[in-house]
Order: sequence, then structure tokens, then C-alpha cells
Amino acid sequence: MKNIKSIKTIKLLAVLFMSSIAFVSCSSDDDDHDNHDHEEELITTVKYTLTNGVDFVTLEFQDLDGEGGADGTYDISGPLTANTTYTGTIQLLNETESPADNITLEVQEEGDEHEFFYTPSISDITITKDDSDVDGNPIGILTTLTTGNAGTGSLTIELIHEPTKPNDGTSANAGGSTDVQVTFAVEVQ
Amino acid sequence: MKRLIICLVIAISSFSYSQNCNYIFLGEIKDFHDGTPIESATVHIIESDKYLISDFDGKFKIENLCTGTLTLTISHIGCETKTVSYTIENDVFKVISLEHHLEELNEVVVSSHLKTEGTSIEQSLNKADLEKYTDKSLGDALNSVSGVSSLNTGNTIVKPMIHGLHSSRLLIINNNVRMFDQEWGDEHAPNIDINASNKVEVIKGANTLKYGSDAIGGLILIQPKRYVAQDSLFGSTMLSLNSNGRGGNINSELIKTYKSGFYGRIQTSYKQFGDFKAPDYYLTNSGLKNLNASARVGYRTFEKGFDAYYSVVSNEFAILQASHIGNVGDLVAAINSREPRVIEDFSYTIDYPKQNILHHLAKIEAYKRFKNLGKLTVQYDMQINRRKEFDLRRGDLADTPVIDLRLFTNSLQSNLLIDYIENLKLDAGVLVRYQQNDAVSGTGVSPLIPDFDKYDASVYLIGNYDLNDSSEISAGARYDYTRIEAEKRYNLTDWNDTYNYDELFPQFETNDIDNSKILTRPEFTFHNISANLGYSKQFNNDLSLFVNYGLATRVPNPSELFSDGLHHSAARIETGLLTLNKEVANKFAVSFEHNNQDFGFSISPYFKSINDYIQLIPVGITTTIRGAFPVWEYNQINAQIFGVDIDINKKITNRFNYKGNLSLLKGDNLSEDIPLIHMPSTNFTNSISYYNNELNQLSISLTHKTVLQQNKYPDYNFYTFDPVLQEDVYVDISSTPAAYSLLSFNSTVSFKAFKTGSLKLELNIENLFNTNYNEYLNRQRYFSEELGRNINLKIKINY
Repeated sequence: MKNIKSIKTIKLLAVLFMSSIAFVSCSSDDDDHDNHDHEEELITTVKYTLTNGVDFVTLEFQDLDGEGGADGTYDISGPLTANTTYTGTIQLLNETESPADNITLEVQEEGDEHEFFYTPSISDITITKDDSDVDGNPIGILTTLTTGNAGTGSLTIELIHEPTKPNDGTSANAGGSTDVQVTFAVEVQ
Repeated sequence: MKRLIICLVIAISSFSYSQNCNYIFLGEIKDFHDGTPIESATVHIIESDKYLISDFDGKFKIENLCTGTLTLTISHIGCETKTVSYTIENDVFKVISLEHHLEELNEVVVSSHLKTEGTSIEQSLNKADLEKYTDKSLGDALNSVSGVSSLNTGNTIVKPMIHGLHSSRLLIINNNVRMFDQEWGDEHAPNIDINASNKVEVIKGANTLKYGSDAIGGLILIQPKRYVAQDSLFGSTMLSLNSNGRGGNINSELIKTYKSGFYGRIQTSYKQFGDFKAPDYYLTNSGLKNLNASARVGYRTFEKGFDAYYSVVSNEFAILQASHIGNVGDLVAAINSREPRVIEDFSYTIDYPKQNILHHLAKIEAYKRFKNLGKLTVQYDMQINRRKEFDLRRGDLADTPVIDLRLFTNSLQSNLLIDYIENLKLDAGVLVRYQQNDAVSGTGVSPLIPDFDKYDASVYLIGNYDLNDSSEISAGARYDYTRIEAEKRYNLTDWNDTYNYDELFPQFETNDIDNSKILTRPEFTFHNISANLGYSKQFNNDLSLFVNYGLATRVPNPSELFSDGLHHSAARIETGLLTLNKEVANKFAVSFEHNNQDFGFSISPYFKSINDYIQLIPVGITTTIRGAFPVWEYNQINAQIFGVDIDINKKITNRFNYKGNLSLLKGDNLSEDIPLIHMPSTNFTNSISYYNNELNQLSISLTHKTVLQQNKYPDYNFYTFDPVLQEDVYVDISSTPAAYSLLSFNSTVSFKAFKTGSLKLELNIENLFNTNYNEYLNRQRYFSEELGRNINLKIKINY
């Protein structure tokens, strides 16, 4: 009787350990052990291109090594012209990939969960959003920017993830969490 | 003399060879350990149903035996009763060893005041205490012990904290297996189903060397039940329902024991909660789902035995949606608005952000006792912890975790307990351990904790010596060898400029550089010595004194060395440092206890001086594409913590009892002459209970807990420019929340059910007045308030 019991126990133990081995092997299914996991999903570049049909002005922020590391750099191609209407397009890129990954497309696809906000410190600048998501609310990839009199100041561009939609047009009241926030020094002359 | 008697007996019996029923059995009963004869043991002869008593030399004689089987049951006060069987064909002389040591038979003696370690300062939670927390976590259950608090991420991820210290400064020993699953960050809670355990002990100051050198905070011992060797089948099912979170827990266990010493137990529990509710709003995305199972088989006799244990814990925790923020501006908005950013209606859905954790634990342990020596135990254990943390992500990566780690731990250890010398007990042991962390690829994010291999080897020797009947002294020493080999990519600018690692650690560099990142292979070796000295003394009048000194050494863990990246839910960038050294702590603890039926108290002051204490503190701001982020960096300072835990219980009348406890603590950063960050504030609990055995064991209790505001905190607040508002904003990340008081109600009643079973009903109300409050030690205190009122009903059936 005792022998039978111990055989049973051994069997049970064997089953236990087999199953734990099975668990171990199961959990390794998605592991390719390449140890080269550095294809990161980053937004490295924000590029705001403005044109009045003749001239182009680009505002670009680039931080190729992501958070931490070297600081990002701003590149502003030139001043804006006073009392002019520009068509604006924003682009988010991941330039650590080759060719660069256009993240704007993802934002557009999930337009109802995203919105760009443009906050100029110069009161004469007005920006309107020219595109809309499935619910008819603005996304802000396509914009119209109108300048007034000459002046200097800044333009802050934000991408908010899961904002309240519709909102009052300011990022402060839209809730959500910030995916992008860059501030360009702008000059209108 | 003995031989002469035997010869004589044999000689006599040979004369009467022709007779069949004239054999003689001579027995000698000895203590298993030291061979001393056991006097006055009762010998029951089963076949003839007669009783004998052993003489002064432990001997007894049975005459006129016939050919056949002789079965004897030998019992003695304080010994394990033993049944032996012999075939009688001749005269026989046998030595029968009995076990004369009580401490191995705790379950038979059953005492709530029995300490695991004689000279340690410890408190325990028994099965009944644990059942109150069946649908909560280990951290919640321990929170009721004085001196123990918890570090929370929301209300479901709860890390226990002893005397203000947590994570890798606490050893959590589950079924004699050291848990490796909660060390790499504040939001990594231990994956333990408290329903699988029978008793939890908190060892605040003491004999922890057997388990590790790094118990600077203390030790949490989770103990299984020992079963009495008898043929039995029993079990229990417990159902718990809660109004807050609209969920609950169901736990079932079934136990089979055999007279031979074999036993088996299976247990499983399932828990589910939806969104919890603060007094005024739902905490959107705060639910959880747990599925746990454990199985245990073993064989246990005094001389030898084994125990095999396997458990799996599968946890899915939602992380408060409002705590996912993008940058420091969002953090300021969260701090300043008194409500969470996202408030929706109740839901069971667990959305992103969330954590998925699967933890396997398997162990097999075997022991054998050797005469005139002691007990040798060998154990192998294995753990796999797979942790996936999901964040709010865009596009194709929405369902891909940002953190995906697999930690595999393997240990082989043996312990030799030498207990044959009177008054002296020695424990000697060796341990080897191999640990591998795999930062599973495919997350699209550089891993917060990199791939690493960790090797440990340890030896220890602990001695316990009884000075006299009332006092005991213990001393021990341990040596640990640790080697960490990691593989990690660093930003070239960080490696070369920010941290100057290219000059400090050129040997870690490889030539693999691409995309402005450098592949490095950091390797570290540590040698640690730790030691312990304890003394206990029992006075008359139920007074006892415990004094303890400990030297503990902790190697920086991989998160402290290598962390590098954004912690989304905390909106902070955490950076580890390769230059970190080991932490060395000197701990002194004293406990003065009084225990009797009517009045008991314990006063336990302690002092810890920790050199090179590793802490994570905010150091500044960095600009990213998301805007400004606070950077939290590890640094090392000299710290000291001192405090006192006081426990009181008083019997007011036969029916009414009072219990109270108070914890005072002060932690200082001596290097900078400021308080330590994240130290629990002064808190005290008063509880009054009514118990009536005649009214179906009715028990009613009211508990009042007060947590004062922590006034001693380091001020790491700062200003940052908000480009949208075009002004400087104040980031108040340090100020502590106000004091709060909570009242809770607990009642239980038991009924007899079926023939042998029982039915227990329990009704609890937590946060009775639906008080609004925030807790300093909750990482999500910026984003929401703590839970409001909860009504809880439990039904337990024993069968």
C-alpha cells in the first residue's frame, strides 16, 4: 500500500514538473533572443511646413536619440511675412528608421483619439484647422495660418492623445496626455 | 552489562527451544538525537492489548511471545508517538528511537505565541487574520501589523514596506523560496496569493541570515501548514463579495492526509474587480483579474520527508487611466485639479495602461535526520516571472507592451541543522543561484531593465545557544558572492558626456555603435559579509526582552544600476547609475514584551544606520519631444532611520477586548541634512471588539486608524516654463497629503453545518464614513483620491 502511494506521488510529481517545463517552454515562444531590440517607436522629428504658394517656411524640431541623451535641435528656415495667409502641414517622423517612418499617418487613422493644438504667443497670428476626424471634429494636420503685423514670439505645437473632443480649442482644457510638445521661436516681418 | 543480559536471555531461551510461545522481546527506548534513554515511556502491545512502562534505562521486556508479528505503539510526553512492527521467530533485542524535540511539532502543540526564531522580533498573521484579506493583496494584509506600511501604485499594486524600507531591502520568503519578482521598481508588487498560505510572519529585527544578507528592512516569511499524519480528507471554500469594485474572490482548497505521513493539497482562487470608486467618482480603469492555483504533495515523518510545491499566479492589473500623462505640464494640471483627468462610468473592462504578470514557482525539498547529528535539508527551486506593462500607444503598437521582461531564477540550497548537542543548535548552509533576465524584444522601446545574468553563491553559519532556562543567545555570519553580467545599449552622449562612463568603464565598451547608441557589457562582482547577534530573556511576570544587532549588505539591484528611460505612468525619466556601490546597514532593535491573558504589550524601538543608501530622487528637468520631463536619478547618501512600534492589548471584560498599535518613524538623509523621501508618517490604530462564544462565536469589532500628515519630507518642488501658458509653473511633487482617519467595522459568526463542517459568515465595512483622503505612499496620489466605502460579505464553508 505504501509503495503504491509513493508511486502515485512520484507520478504526480512528474506531472507537476512536466507541466512546469511546459509552461517554461510556452512562455519562450515569442522570444527571438536577437538582443538587438533597438528599433524604437519614437517621434524624432516634428516638421511644420508653411507656404503661401510662393515661399516656403519650415519649422523643424529633431531629437534623434529620443528621451535623454543629446538635446533636440530647432531649425527654422526663415521669418514669416506680415499680413499673409499660409497653408500649413504638419509631419511627425521617426528618422531612426530608414526610410523614415511617417507617424502622421497613424495620427490621421486614429484621428478621433488625437488632436494637434497650435498656440502662438503673438496675438496677431491666427491658426485654423482644416481637416476633421470621423466625428467631424478637427485633427489639425492641415491648417491655415494667417499673420498680422510684424513681431517676434513663439509658436507651441502640441499633439494630445485622447483629448476631450470637441473642446474649446485650447490644449489646457482638452485633457488627454501630451505626445508632442515643441515650441518654436517665430518672427513675423 | 547490556550484552550480558542479552546473552543470558538468549541462553535461557535456547533451553526452551521446543516451546513455541516462549520468546522474549527486549526493547530499549532512546532519544533520537543524543541517544539518552527515555524513562517512563508507555509501550502498548497491540496484539495482546497490554501496556508496559520503560524503566530508568529506557528498557522494557516482553516475555512469553509466540511466533508471529509483534506490534508496539510507544508514546511519551513530548515525543512523537511511534508504531513499530516486528516478526518474532527468535528472541529479539531492539533499540527504538523516539523524537524528543517539541519545536518540530509546532502544529501539534499549536501555539500562537511560538516564534520561528527564538531571538527575533517578529509578529505574525495567522490563517484567520489572512482570511480577512482573501480578496486583497499581501501588502494590504501586512499593513495591519505595526511598523509595516505599504507603497502603492493605485489600490491594487501594493508593496509591503517595513520601517520605511521596501523592494529589495525586504526579503519575501514564500514556502522557503525567496521571491524574485518585485524588485525592479515601485510598481512591481509581490505576486503571492495569500490564500495559498497559512501563516505570515514579519521579522523586523533578527535572524534573517538563513535567507539572505540583504534584509535591511526585514523579512516576510510566508509559511505553509504542516499536517498531522492521519487519514483525512478536508477542505474549505470561501466566497467574498464587495460593493466597491463590484467584485470579489472565490477560493477553494482540498487537503488529503494519510497516516503514513503522505499529504497533498490543491488550492485555487479567482478574483475579479471592476473600476473601484473614490468617495465622489469612479477610478476609471482600476480593476483587476487574478487567477491563482497551487498544488503541494509531500511525505513527512520525523526522520525523513519531502515536500514538492508548485504555484502559478496570473495577475492583470488596470492602471488608473488618469495617471497616464504626457509631460510635466500634464503633471501640474493633474496636481492642481482635484479630480482625475478621466472619469467615466463603472466598467469591468481592463484597458490600457495595464500590467500582465505571470509568476510560476516550483520547489522540491527533501530532508533526512541523522542520529547523533541533526537534520539535512536540500532544496531546489525555480521561478519564472513574466511581466508585461502596456501603455497607451498609437497605431500598430497599440497592443504591444512597453515593458516585457522575463526573469528566470534557479536556486539550489542545503541546510544542515545540528541539534544533538544540548542547549546548542547550529545551522550551516550553502546556496547557489542563477538568475537570468530577458528583456523580451519586440516592444519597440529600449528596455528599462536590460538583459542580464546574475550568479550568487553563499555560505552561512548560525548558532543558537540556551544560556539557561530563560535566556538564549544567537549569533551568525554569512558570506555572499554576487556577479552581474549585463548587456545594454547606451546613448553615446549619455555614455561619453553625461555620465563620463567612457573613462570610468572603458572595459565595458564594445565596438558595436549604431544610431548614436553604443552596446556595452557591464560586469560587476561583489563580496558581502553580513552578521547577526541576538539575545532573548524571559522574566517572571510574563515579561520578555529581545535584543538584536544586525549587519546587512545589499548589492545594488539591476534597476538601480541600469534603469534608463521613461516611466509613463509616473511621467518621469528614471536613470540608473553604474557607479553605485553596495549598501551597508547596521541595525539595532530591542523589544520588550509582556504577555498574559488580560494584558499584553510590546514596545520595540529600532535604529538603522545605512551607509551608501540608494535612493531615487528628482534631480531636474529634461526637454524631449513631448515637452519637459522630470528626471529621477539614483544616488547614494548616508541615511539613518529610527522609530518605535508599540502594540497593546487589554481585556476589558470577558466579552470586550481592546487592541491598539502605534508606529513612529523618522528617516534622515545625513549627507544632505534633510529628511528621507517616502517615509511613512506616524500612524496609530485603536480597535475594540466584542466576542461571545455562546452566540455562534459572534465577534464584532470597530477599528479606527489615523495616519498623520508627513511633515518631514525632502522638498524637491521646482518651477518650469510652460510654453502654452507662457509662464513659469510650480511643480509641487513633494508636498504631502493631509492627515486622515478611517473607521472600519468587522463582524463574524460561525454555524455548525453538515456533520463535521462549519459555516462562517463575515460582514465588513471599510471606510465607514466614505472619507475623502490621499495617502503619501501612493504613487498615484497626484491623480486621484483613495477608495471610498466598501461593504464586504464573506462566506466560508469548512468541510
